[in-house]
Amino acid sequence: MRVLGIETSCDETGVAVYDTDKGLLGHRLHSQIDLHAAYGGVVPELASRDHVRRLPLLLRETLALTGLSMRDVDAIAYTAGPGLAGALLVGSSVAEALGVALGIPTLPVHHLEGHLLSPLLSADPPAFPFVALLVSGGHTQLMRVSGVGDYALLGETVDDAAGEAFDKTAKLIGLPYPGGPVLAKLALEGTPGRFKLPRPMLHSKDFDFSFSGLKTAVLTTATAPGFAPEDRADLAAEFQAAAVEVLVAKAMAALRHCGLRQLVVAGGVGANLALRAALDAAAAKRKARVFYPELELCTDNGAMIAFAGAMRLMAGEQVEASDGRFAVRPRWSLQEITPPQAAA
Amino acid sequence: MAAGLQPGSQPRLGGGEPSIRDTHLIEAERPAPRLDIRSEAGQVFLPARKIIVFEVHPRNDSGPSARLHLPDEDATLAAGARLATALPPRLTILLRGDLGAGKTTLTRGLLRGLGFTGRVKSPTYTLVEPYKDSRISVYHFDFYRFTHAEEFLEAGLDEYFEGDGVRLVEWPDRAHPYLPAADLEVLLHVAPSGGRELSLRALSPEGQTCLNDFIAHTATRPPASPPS
Repeated sequence: MRVLGIETSCDETGVAVYDTDKGLLGHRLHSQIDLHAAYGGVVPELASRDHVRRLPLLLRETLALTGLSMRDVDAIAYTAGPGLAGALLVGSSVAEALGVALGIPTLPVHHLEGHLLSPLLSADPPAFPFVALLVSGGHTQLMRVSGVGDYALLGETVDDAAGEAFDKTAKLIGLPYPGGPVLAKLALEGTPGRFKLPRPMLHSKDFDFSFSGLKTAVLTTATAPGFAPEDRADLAAEFQAAAVEVLVAKAMAALRHCGLRQLVVAGGVGANLALRAALDAAAAKRKARVFYPELELCTDNGAMIAFAGAMRLMAGEQVEASDGRFAVRPRWSLQEITPPQAAA
Repeated sequence: MAAGLQPGSQPRLGGGEPSIRDTHLIEAERPAPRLDIRSEAGQVFLPARKIIVFEVHPRNDSGPSARLHLPDEDATLAAGARLATALPPRLTILLRGDLGAGKTTLTRGLLRGLGFTGRVKSPTYTLVEPYKDSRISVYHFDFYRFTHAEEFLEAGLDEYFEGDGVRLVEWPDRAHPYLPAADLEVLLHVAPSGGRELSLRALSPEGQTCLNDFIAHTATRPPASPPS
């Protein structure tokens, strides 16, 4: 069974085909920006209605790449939310129109379900159940993933996302676009601890995060008299150390809480090498393992949507040929997602 | 013309009886300090837990603008809650200030003032966070990520500016000239002495009414608790 996946929830336009026997056949992204540059989640082009212009071309490219025609597709999965309403409408309407034209089923997919399941696309995938740390420019969440569609939110950011904090901190200390990755690079040259930044909510005894106060602390430090440009590396190093320490501590606490030994990291900040090194070291001490998606699947993409749709179909989700009716869900809690509903 | 006045005898600006909804935010932890009246219309205080110096400047055209000192995050939240008590069902507020100035914190205070108890997250990534649980629909925008103003139209955000609702807009200049006319301008910046300075300026008659109400509420002490 071949599933076409379409992702248009925010900035990226993504298309992919996943084959339940052969795996991912191919995927295309509109903005093939440098993958390291992508991890902040904040990209320069933001034009929902550009999805209209990009999508037909990407569909043709993906089919050419995989040597398929539209007739070879058995089902279409698309991101129905959460995201920008206008952006979601583009992917949803294209998917449903194709579904009607081809007489094949369509599956609305939750964007974050795509991210959560994306590490299962790697050559050495984790097995259910696992704890997922979803960390990007727009999200910072810890979840227990018991199976497809069986997600329990353990905690999340109460203000800024981690990737957003990286990008805004970079801006505050005068680093150029793309911010977060530049900051991570500069941090390698600095020494954490020379400046002291808080570890927000480190001891809050829950799985929530807060990064807004960290940003404000950076502002206070960087605008203090005597702060020189050559101090930036040390401040960047301290910021990264603070953010990483909180993310690692909460992720480990979540593993302990759930009694699990598998941690899946998804989202753009998962590409941060300092975070990876710290997570790997902390997990090793607990005899736990950390799983990351392929680097190119860290950002928003169509492959994870095609895969999530395919997983649901393989689990027996009841689907019918599209009748063209659909609704997008700009605000859609992952908590509302249910396991695949098999035919009665 | 400095005159040491007890806060309780501050001139009430804007007229009308104050309606104080969020009494949990206005219990003074310590006696309010004596304040000097410096500006023409008077310098008054915000009866938050932390005392805030507050100046009101008469303007030639329609009414006063206001300037407050917010010593800490709690004060920013309290100022937002104060603004909530003055909101009509339809208003567009520009939130200006650099990164880390407290724009989202002020918005969180406003939503708390409206009774919203859930999370108030940064809208930087999502561009808009809607809040419909309170008595007034609030839309919190952030155009920080725009690189050209056309993105406002391309993202279909102009539709949010039709009809009722309170719209708070961070980084409004990045949607210029497509952003519809606003009613109130709020400016936050880091004060040299620490904390934040908050300035409010009306941009329309509706904004002026809101600002007058805000000043009236802010300039008034909470009613004394009845003896038990």
